[in-house]
Amino acid sequence: MTLGLQHFLVFSTVLFGIGLFGAFSRRSAIVILMSIEIMLNAVNIMLVAFSRYVTPVELTGQVFTIFSIIIAAAEVTVGLAIIIAIFRHYNDIDVNKINLLKL
Amino acid sequence: MTGQTIAFWVLAATGASSALAVVLSRNVFRAALSLVVCFLAVAGLFVVLYADFLAAVQVLIYVGAIAVLIIMAIMLTREVERGNTTGRLVWPALFATTAFIAISVWAMLNTDWPVTTTPPLDTTTSALGNMLFDQAGMVLILEVAALMIVATIVGAVSIVKEK
Repeated sequence: MTLGLQHFLVFSTVLFGIGLFGAFSRRSAIVILMSIEIMLNAVNIMLVAFSRYVTPVELTGQVFTIFSIIIAAAEVTVGLAIIIAIFRHYNDIDVNKINLLKL
Repeated sequence: MTGQTIAFWVLAATGASSALAVVLSRNVFRAALSLVVCFLAVAGLFVVLYADFLAAVQVLIYVGAIAVLIIMAIMLTREVERGNTTGRLVWPALFATTAFIAISVWAMLNTDWPVTTTPPLDTTTSALGNMLFDQAGMVLILEVAALMIVATIVGAVSIVKEK
């Protein structure tokens, strides 16, 4: 059995699903951020797998992955800064209790 | 079974189980350490996919920077004492996630992907450099990304600054 594109696609979907479940079901904002990082990693694997099996010489997917990693680094920086600011204000980062904008 | 196939299965099992540990662990600090293992498994999968430069970038940025940032945030917010509690949406989330995985896997296995048999490049660093700086007009996007990183740093500092 040789390694094909579909192995990577299925693994990346499973990893994305695990991250999605974590982002839906946890209450701590930091764990939700970690789940989002897992989902971004799953998408990166999928992009690189398409780059390897569909355009192996042009490397289009790998360039996309570089930009995706840059965006992920920026996102986690701002996200953690907001979480720390919220913690200073409320002394808690439970996303169920931060409901200032709720009706 | 070739060495590549064995490496894929070992890395996939490590990545999936450590991602599950991130989501299900009771201790937030252990979840962050499992996240490091998950990032390293993804870097290994990049090597299996002949993306050597991206594997190095993954280790440098995700393991070296993002994981350290997350661990520092955990230490600054007393999450370890509180534990990793679940919300009210566990069963709907499980149902939605299972449905998503099932539908996506079904669609992926039943699509005829235009796979080529062209051998991949041995080293990708110079090809990626050519792609980013020479052709395809990527230089502007790269400069915008650099500007965005600067804006992010300034924004993060101004958000967490003591008033």
